[in-house]
Amino acid sequence: MSAIVNEHDSAGLWTLAWRRLREDRIAMAALAVVAAFLVMLILSATGLVAADWEDEVGVNYAPPTFVGASAATLAAAGEAAPVPDNPFDPLAADIRALQGQGAATAAPRRATLPFGADKWGHDILRKTIRGGETSIIVGLVAALVAVGLGTLFGAISGFFGGIVDDLFNWFYSVFTSIPSILMILTVAAVLQQKGVLTIVLILGLTGWTGPYRLIRAEYMRHKAREYVLAADAIGASSWRKMFAHIFPNVSHVALVQLSILAVGFIKAEVILSFLGFGVPVGVVSWGSMLNEAQNELLLGKWWQLTAAAVAMAVLVTAFSLLADALRDALDPKVK
Amino acid sequence: MMAALLEVRDLRIAFRVDKRTTFEAVKGISFTVPQDATVALVGESGSGKSVSSLAIMGLLPKGTTSIDPAGSVLFDGRDVLHLPEAERRALCGRDIAMIFQEPMSSLNPVFTVGYQIGEVLRRHMGMNRREARARTLALLDEVGIPDPQAKIDAYPSQMSGGQQQRVMIAMALACEPKLLIADEPTTALDVTIQKQIMALLAALRRKRRMSVLFITHDLGLVGEIADEVIVMRHGEIRETGPVRRIFSEPQDNYTRALLHCRPPLDARPWRLPVIADYMGGQVEANPRQRERGYAPDDDIVLDVRNLKKSFWVNDGLFGKREFQAVKDVSFRLARGKTLGVVGESGSGKSTMGLTLLRLHEATAGSALFEGTDLLALSKRDYHPYKRRIQIIFQNPYASLNPRFTVGQILLEPMRLHGIGADDRERVALAQALLERVGLPPVAYHRYPHEFSGGQRQRIAIARCLTMKPEILVCDESVSALDVSVQAQVLNLLQELQDEYGLSYIFISHDLAVVKYISDQVMVMNKGEVVEIGDADELYRNPRHPYTRTLLGAIPRSPDVNVESRC
Repeated sequence: MSAIVNEHDSAGLWTLAWRRLREDRIAMAALAVVAAFLVMLILSATGLVAADWEDEVGVNYAPPTFVGASAATLAAAGEAAPVPDNPFDPLAADIRALQGQGAATAAPRRATLPFGADKWGHDILRKTIRGGETSIIVGLVAALVAVGLGTLFGAISGFFGGIVDDLFNWFYSVFTSIPSILMILTVAAVLQQKGVLTIVLILGLTGWTGPYRLIRAEYMRHKAREYVLAADAIGASSWRKMFAHIFPNVSHVALVQLSILAVGFIKAEVILSFLGFGVPVGVVSWGSMLNEAQNELLLGKWWQLTAAAVAMAVLVTAFSLLADALRDALDPKVK
Repeated sequence: MMAALLEVRDLRIAFRVDKRTTFEAVKGISFTVPQDATVALVGESGSGKSVSSLAIMGLLPKGTTSIDPAGSVLFDGRDVLHLPEAERRALCGRDIAMIFQEPMSSLNPVFTVGYQIGEVLRRHMGMNRREARARTLALLDEVGIPDPQAKIDAYPSQMSGGQQQRVMIAMALACEPKLLIADEPTTALDVTIQKQIMALLAALRRKRRMSVLFITHDLGLVGEIADEVIVMRHGEIRETGPVRRIFSEPQDNYTRALLHCRPPLDARPWRLPVIADYMGGQVEANPRQRERGYAPDDDIVLDVRNLKKSFWVNDGLFGKREFQAVKDVSFRLARGKTLGVVGESGSGKSTMGLTLLRLHEATAGSALFEGTDLLALSKRDYHPYKRRIQIIFQNPYASLNPRFTVGQILLEPMRLHGIGADDRERVALAQALLERVGLPPVAYHRYPHEFSGGQRQRIAIARCLTMKPEILVCDESVSALDVSVQAQVLNLLQELQDEYGLSYIFISHDLAVVKYISDQVMVMNKGEVVEIGDADELYRNPRHPYTRTLLGAIPRSPDVNVESRC
């Protein structure tokens, strides 16, 4: 009984925001989509699904099942083993032994797959799930780094003002005056290696400027508020005022920036991979899939492009809608 | 009685809060505004007075409001609630005009005032540019703007608040309305300006023979201007009557309470009556009076000498100009007594309070507390003194962090200053203080937005009390509260002073409140102390002309100046 009394009373702003979010049907649909992608990411990262995406299960460019196999692929699937023997081949005996082993372990390649196969016969569906893991992690972690940096700089700059603010502003102005693609290439050149971590750093270190500007403005607005003066009067330190008092009141800005940047970075990873600064060989991402797809498209193999593009478009749209709804639900002014 | 110009019948307004709940703001009110008369609609926040006036103007948001179609608002015999949109807009622009509380936000800052008034004339009266300008000049002159030829091309920011409100009135009068709705037109203004605007409204009404619906929270204010008073509470009309009868023999308990909750200027009851006393019918006939004033042997707790505070404003490319907000303020605050500080906006009274707490850096001067100059200490050395001198701000909505629970708000200062041995002891202390300031124990787990203004101010007071301060600066602490809540908070402050021997520096623009709670009063104007002295003596015999102006601006009840009204 006492538990009920304690439970019912504290409808905090987060609870209220959640309540408002739940009223919004579009937001809830978007949230479901994003959650589904995240679940897929976790399953993929733990190896429960798509761990075997590199198995060559289909024939080269096997078309999706709903399109149906073409003559060429059927033929390719049919003649899985029989390459005619070359009587002059000195290694013929060894090759026959190897083929015997392969035939024992590998299943015959299939003529069609649910959503087709790529050049090597990888299942596109599994590849997309696996690629999503890389892309979403890059997007989210890089957005976290960028918003973290932007919030820290913005908070210091906006709260202290004066010369500190000037210094940060000069830094900001110099940073933003360099074209962003040049900036990205510069950081890539300095880091000198390919990998997921590199992409995260490139995007995170160049993406803090937007959140910085917004958070700085919020801090300038909030530092003169009476609740901050009151915190000052009771003896709270500057850091406490900045992060215990003001930050919870501006966190909606950071959160919305996080989701906007995550969307942007998922797209940016595609561009980086396209430019050759993306993920290394052997790692798949939506970006690298799109990069491969440009050649395939000329051959009329559209399914890899479609899978990666649709997956990305659905996630990005859901994420944007969610971010929009979050902004409305979290901003204390729109009550 | 003249014919009715506006007749409101059974007006019901409800707001949709969310999908399931609606809130009924106005519960079937009926009243009339006669021609050539002023009707005052008086009520505290949430009484539905402003909502009613917005409904008459058709300014309520359509999506969330529902007005019961059974009710009607007859203006000159036409039901405006059921008029087609275009006709209604034309009517509201020409025959009904409205002025609002905040002149600064009602005027567009990027256009000159002449342009903004002229626009109304061109649109509604079909005047050309030259005619409009001539008429604008005449209007500005009529509302008492000095040098209209120059001011017609001024931007709103180049005018004072009083002048801006005059411009708003000129704009409202531009189309010669039959009814002027004034929604708290003087609440944002200083007392002396308030008096001028009230006089202007009364004079204009008489001259133009129009009607005024005057909406205010302050019953005391309408004594000089209104013919008829309507008292509202919680969306219902409590009492209607001629102004003199309302003031002399109010019939309703709530009206009686509103009249008596304001601290009187001529008496100082031990405790101010609150609404509950009147509603319950338990009012003392002759309450015990409190004696106030300084004694020569008072123990001085704070000795402020030659306090100065300047702000530097950029002037040109490299130049800086000094703006002296506080010029040479000296006073002595006695233990367990109250120093009242009165002044209008821009007098430097709040800046002085903030400077004493070092929320602003003082430019010069000293504040001796137990022989230590608080203003000269380093930040680290000052920290232990912070708990001993505390502040309660004006706006209880802004001074509590909306993301903290009341418990967190109360625990924070105790943790910062190491008060209480452990958190269990602190929680117990916090809960005891909540009870002391009159809040229920469940308040501990709640967030500030769940409380009303008065309750939030109690939370702010409890936060200060956690540190057991010796000096409490109250910076307009009751100014944002409704009259009835104001009395409760003043009573609480009074009790706490009796109980803990607190010394108050009570900053306010409200002379009656300052008189009630102060032993000594300091009058400030433009950063300077113009007069300081014993509270009763200063109000009885003001020596400085500015003090006399201030005291003269206090609204009087209608009996006092019956002759001057017509």
